Amino acid sequence: MTYIAKPKFHHPKLPTNKLGYTRRDYEGSVSTLCAGCGHDSISAAIIEACFALDLPPHRIAKLSGIGCSSKTPTYFLGHSHGFNSVHGRMPSVLTGANMANRDLIYLGVSGDGDSASIGLGQFAHCLRRGVNMVYIVENNGVYGLTKGQFSATADRGSKSKRGAVNTDAPIDLVGLALQLGATFVARSFSGDKAQLVPLIEAAILHKGAAFIDVISPCVAFNNHPGSTKSFDYVREHNEAVNRLDVMIPREPITAEYAPGTVREVAQHDGSIIRLRKLAEDYDPTDRLRAMAYLAERQAAGELVTGLLYLDPEPRDLHNYLNTVEKPLNALGDAELVPGSAALAEVNAALR
Amino acid sequence: MPKLIESTNDFVVRFANVNGSGSASANALFAKSILRMGVPIAARNIFPSNIQGLPTWYEVRISGAGWLGRRGGCDLMVAMNPQTWDKDVASIDPGGYLFYDSTRPIPPSKFRDDVHVVGVPLTEICNARYTDARQRQLFKNIIYVGALAQLLGIELGAVEKLIGEQFKGKDKLIEPNVEALRAGHDWAAANLAPIGLKVRRADAVGDRILVEGNNAAALGAVYGGATVCAWYPITPSTSMAEAFQRWCRRFRVDPETKKNRFAILQAEDELASIGMVIGAAWNGARAFTCTSGPGVSLMQEFIGLSYFAEIPAVIFDIQRAGPSTGMPTRTQQCDILAAAYASHGDTKHVLLFPEDPRECFEFGAAAFDLADRLQTTVFVMSDLDIGMNEWLCRPFEWDDKRRLDRGKVMTYEDLEAGREFGRYLDVDGDGIPYRTYPGTHPTKGSFFTRGTSRDRYARYTEEGGPYVDNMQRLLRKFETAKRLVPGPVRRDASEPTRYGVIYFGSTSPAMAEALAALEQRGLHLDAMRVRAFPFSDEVIDFVLGHDQVFLVEQNRDAQLKSLLVNEGAIDPARIISVLHYDGTPITARFIIDEIAERMAALNVVPLKKAVP
Repeated sequence: MTYIAKPKFHHPKLPTNKLGYTRRDYEGSVSTLCAGCGHDSISAAIIEACFALDLPPHRIAKLSGIGCSSKTPTYFLGHSHGFNSVHGRMPSVLTGANMANRDLIYLGVSGDGDSASIGLGQFAHCLRRGVNMVYIVENNGVYGLTKGQFSATADRGSKSKRGAVNTDAPIDLVGLALQLGATFVARSFSGDKAQLVPLIEAAILHKGAAFIDVISPCVAFNNHPGSTKSFDYVREHNEAVNRLDVMIPREPITAEYAPGTVREVAQHDGSIIRLRKLAEDYDPTDRLRAMAYLAERQAAGELVTGLLYLDPEPRDLHNYLNTVEKPLNALGDAELVPGSAALAEVNAALR
Repeated sequence: MPKLIESTNDFVVRFANVNGSGSASANALFAKSILRMGVPIAARNIFPSNIQGLPTWYEVRISGAGWLGRRGGCDLMVAMNPQTWDKDVASIDPGGYLFYDSTRPIPPSKFRDDVHVVGVPLTEICNARYTDARQRQLFKNIIYVGALAQLLGIELGAVEKLIGEQFKGKDKLIEPNVEALRAGHDWAAANLAPIGLKVRRADAVGDRILVEGNNAAALGAVYGGATVCAWYPITPSTSMAEAFQRWCRRFRVDPETKKNRFAILQAEDELASIGMVIGAAWNGARAFTCTSGPGVSLMQEFIGLSYFAEIPAVIFDIQRAGPSTGMPTRTQQCDILAAAYASHGDTKHVLLFPEDPRECFEFGAAAFDLADRLQTTVFVMSDLDIGMNEWLCRPFEWDDKRRLDRGKVMTYEDLEAGREFGRYLDVDGDGIPYRTYPGTHPTKGSFFTRGTSRDRYARYTEEGGPYVDNMQRLLRKFETAKRLVPGPVRRDASEPTRYGVIYFGSTSPAMAEALAALEQRGLHLDAMRVRAFPFSDEVIDFVLGHDQVFLVEQNRDAQLKSLLVNEGAIDPARIISVLHYDGTPITARFIIDEIAERMAALNVVPLKKAVP
């Protein structure tokens, strides 16, 4: 298997964004995932979000672990640096990269095996440190590359393609992210582009640890009756709490909303997230109630999606570390090396 | 009663204390005051895996001749720990001295006939002056320093000056400490007869400094331009991360904004530490972690990734015995093979072997240049003996003309000018490709980083040809490394000889002393101190140029020998291992005995009679 470059030809009238780029400029090489894989829809959503936000592709760093989901960064943002790291360890690599240069946008792509099984520890710790990033888990409940073993997010009682029943309790990454202090937590479905694209946009604009759990059915190994991560099952049990639009800068409301159903949340950078409420009392800025609500709906067998929690004034790792504004990787000799005079003083104090 | 030991500026004092009793700073005061009198010392801690309550020892070798290895034996035991009394008393050389707290009577059976006993009622003197329990404990230590100073002829002024420096800024502590010191001193002057051990002012220290290797390595990392440190606590490396933090607070805070030109993260484990280092280094910052053998074990997968993805990473391995706790607070050179061939697949890594804190500083800085230049992982192989003990060594030096060597990095201008960029393209024939930092150019120079499955332009491929091509280039790069790493230091014997000895790292001071003593006995050996892996041709030539070469190591399995035999395609029979691995630092006595015995077995006739 060798890479397949995507032809550069495109329709001459493809729309461009403020940077003059078309959507095609945000694409990568041809996907080698199975036809119909949910992950490809997520890649498309990432491309759409970056295009819509007018992001210079080279200012995004995309990092992943190992697995089907972790292969996807090759299939979007071909002009971005990418890093396909070690199974379950993307969070630490991303954390280090972020420490080195606070000016780039960090997009971590992982899967349920990568983040909930082997990488659960690193998943937890990078969220509790408040690393400024977008962390997307492409969650299909199954190990695809090794052909169909259950992952740690598979629901208890769900059936594998071969008929085995999962007896382990599932790990709920959204619940964990809320508990661990992520400042942006969302869940979506790869089959719902209208919901997913604005969530990714909002997560990119968020200056803190943003986590999106995207249920992304595996067409090869986990899309059969008895699976709780199949297209049919997710569509039947999806309960979206809100729909959102992302505005930069503030734009007048053009869509028609029923009174009392829209809520605006201003982010620190001035961008506005406009939420169309679908569930009556859902308040996405109340972390404790969000946790309780999720637990309730989960017990009722529903899969809650939407923007589940947002801290509009997040702090990030660089705030905590009090690092200089200039990226550490751009500091030069004069800023880093104390020199011989300082060393003479050090020597004197050691005699 | 044998003849009592009489010696000036050449003896060993061992303090037996209880961990957590505040003895460490008093003992250091004792050691440093001798240094201030111009007499070289070597001081070592032997401590338990414990914070409070277990036995701990501090050994000071006073050596006017300047031998800084551990000598072995004990001439004066300062026995402050009842728990280890019997063992401590038994460890004194015949004719030596026992210093103890005589407040409570100790049955005569607990002493030795062949040891001179010096009793000082420390508790009594102390309790008469202080009522607070913690004060009593702390000042008791200073009182024994005072008494020892009088007994050994250490200048009180030197000790008092040190106390003044130590408590600078907390001035109200100076007076009570000086008083306690004098209380011990005065009691000794009034009640004790002189003993045979003396310190006499000399001029043998010069401009040398006394510093711990971990502290020096951390300073080296600052001078080497490291900005990111990710680490996980593990003895004996923890103090390096802590020292890095201290040096950064001193040298790396922007004076105007008070913001940090560094980022230090205590990770959740060693896997995360090395992951962060690799992420930061991939992104163009200089990054390191400090750890010990078990940490290196945990980092294996990532180390392989850094080798194949060609990401500069610096790992300080402060070696210790292992695993678990207990022996891990003792020193060894036991991670050589684990580091050299760390990880899965065909990998090898650059190792540097500092001999003392001075080289910890030097190599600590150089490691970052090497890692960037070679785009690979570089290990600095220190150990507990160097890392956690204060060593007397040449002062740190820095050339202000020196610049950080960031290696082959293509800039925006390079790319804009149309220079061809292939991430794994060997344009210069040295096996080292160019890299770009993420975010450099909007349309040129981006690439996808992964392990081995890529071609010269970093495009995904699973084909055999490009894989082999890449693996061969990595070998060329390792050849290039031989020219860039610190070369070996060779010291030939005064007479031509067919015998050689190779050593490295913390064995250095004991080896220097052993070589001098062997030469005195007419046993001549050319010596080579190996300072890095890959081995340069000089090292291989040295082995091939002698009939027999001794290789002195502080591990059981002769790890450096294995590496040398393997990499140099050398006949193992040419190399005779001298192995010391009981957890204590190797001594000159051990090396002399081992080599002299083996040379006798090889029928080497001394060129001159041994000096009696």
